[in-house]
Amino acid sequence: MATALDLTLAEPLLPERPRGVAAVTRFVLSFMRRKPLGAIGGVIVVIMLLCALAVDTALIGGEAPLIAPTHYDDQTFGDENLGISVSHPMGTDNAGRDIFSRILYGARISIIIGVSAVAIASIVALVLGTVSGYFGSWTDTIIQRLVDIVLAIPPIVLLIYGVTVFAGRAGPYTRMFWIILIVGLILSAGASRVVRGAAIATSSNPYVDAARTLGATNSRIIFVHIVPNVIPVVIVLATVNLGTAILAEAAISFLGLGIPSPFPSWGAMLNISGSSQFRAHPAQAIWPGLAIAFAVYGFNMLGDGLRDVLDPRLRGSR
Amino acid sequence: MRQYIFKRLALGVPTLIGVSLLVFFMLRVLPGDIVQQVAGDNLVTDEDRARIERDLGLDKPAYQEYFSWIGNAATFDFGLSLRDRQPIGDRLQRTLPTTIEMSLLALLISLVIAVPIGIISAVRQDSIADYVGRSVSIGFLAMPTFWLGTMIIVYSSEWFRWATPLPRDYEQIWENPWANLKFLLFPFGHFVPAGPSVVLGVSLSGTVMRLMRTQMLEVLRQDYVRTAWAKGLRERSVVVRHALKNALIPVVTVVGLQVPILVGGSVIVESIYNVPGIGQWFFTAIIARDYTAVQAIALLTALAVVLSNLIVDITYAYLDPRIRYS
Repeated sequence: MATALDLTLAEPLLPERPRGVAAVTRFVLSFMRRKPLGAIGGVIVVIMLLCALAVDTALIGGEAPLIAPTHYDDQTFGDENLGISVSHPMGTDNAGRDIFSRILYGARISIIIGVSAVAIASIVALVLGTVSGYFGSWTDTIIQRLVDIVLAIPPIVLLIYGVTVFAGRAGPYTRMFWIILIVGLILSAGASRVVRGAAIATSSNPYVDAARTLGATNSRIIFVHIVPNVIPVVIVLATVNLGTAILAEAAISFLGLGIPSPFPSWGAMLNISGSSQFRAHPAQAIWPGLAIAFAVYGFNMLGDGLRDVLDPRLRGSR
Repeated sequence: MRQYIFKRLALGVPTLIGVSLLVFFMLRVLPGDIVQQVAGDNLVTDEDRARIERDLGLDKPAYQEYFSWIGNAATFDFGLSLRDRQPIGDRLQRTLPTTIEMSLLALLISLVIAVPIGIISAVRQDSIADYVGRSVSIGFLAMPTFWLGTMIIVYSSEWFRWATPLPRDYEQIWENPWANLKFLLFPFGHFVPAGPSVVLGVSLSGTVMRLMRTQMLEVLRQDYVRTAWAKGLRERSVVVRHALKNALIPVVTVVGLQVPILVGGSVIVESIYNVPGIGQWFFTAIIARDYTAVQAIALLTALAVVLSNLIVDITYAYLDPRIRYS
């Protein structure tokens, strides 16, 4: 005679959801089928990440070029301004450096700056947006007025001003730090608005009221109910903002206020003061611009595709 | 409506105060370093230091200096440039109209490019035309302004031996309207639209095109459009009279919100094309560490952003009464 009702089932009612690698593979395959443009963006992003990681052996502590044919600052005298050839697929620049290698190394700088700036932006936006959207009232008012201030100054003006004031006489690494910090903070202002919207939408769900009735604390509601629902929005924003951050670094380096020579930033390779050089050798201006355009295109398309898949409100729309 | 305008104005004022505080106090976080920056690589004597500190107002208490700076700024007096010792306000009067004109032309060009393509892309959804239109818009979005400008200048020189105009060729529109428009639209002559306004307009058109398309798609699904079809109206009439009018409202507002992008773009485009506007001045002032000019320009661009947001909000509330009462 059974004393207690046996509630275990011989078989689960629903097929178990795949976890780990299987889940990721399934998501990637279905994403590629449903969003071909997003998948193209994803391929570009993966190629860029590969370049950034494996352009040389820095990851295992070396300095020798791995994917790239030569080191980014390998100058060969007598080989200046060469055209396209088998040994130099994109030619050489005015210092006899292989442009193809510099483009590959440039992916690393773009990725370092983009990923770091977006990491800052995502964390700040997640905190500000969630707090602002969940608590509302005067907390919301104060945070939103501060965000207004950052959004009122045109981003490039704020970036140029900030980097010049704080890193005016600094070396390349300090400059990089300030570019990352300022780009991150500027991006977080816009992103926190979107996160706030999502947090407000989530807070108005009946299950949040239910949790509060059951006596859940604010921090429990935020971490258990709000944050998981806001994360997809943060992921989508981060992808698109990566493209924006890469573009911002390229723009400020183009103006000669960003990453200095000899570091192979794509923007610096197009530097405004080099226009007489480009007039003599126009092909040299093509490659860095193409690289920036492909990177921005890739992150934007991937972000668009992810948004359609991850944001239920947009599911099915184009 | 009046109440709504007052409410929006009341929001703009604290923002501007915040911006002025940010722009003003950023320089004062590292004051010793700023003096060295302004002096460049020259040896700084005590005399130089005192002069630079006096020019930047670093010798007085910061709050006192802030109030005198913001008080003068309200009367368009931004003091003297650190470099050429000329009044900043005078130079603003020459450069500001140039940048405003260039930006307005760019907005117009972006609409002329984006609206028709966006409409065709939405009406013929998933056709070849749609895919071409979307690819073009994403291409325009991804292509950096500075690259497009550089390529135009470099290749016009390489292929056609066309020279880039110099700043002294520029004439204000009230002095010589033809020369002015030629400089901004087709500086290489031959009516080739490759000028600064065009480059800025093209880079803006990607955003507008995408928005136009999504808005059209949304409106085309509305009941009143179905009714228009059911009445047996011609496609042209349905698209233009019923759908386009409603789809344009958000597009026009978003175009108004592009002022920060336009200002940023003008810094780059004016520097490439030698347009003597506020953007090019900002760039040269930054290079020369002319911080009094930089602060004035940063404050003015923020004012432009706040004002344009205000105008957009009021226009939107006027066009869509639901906004006013929410």
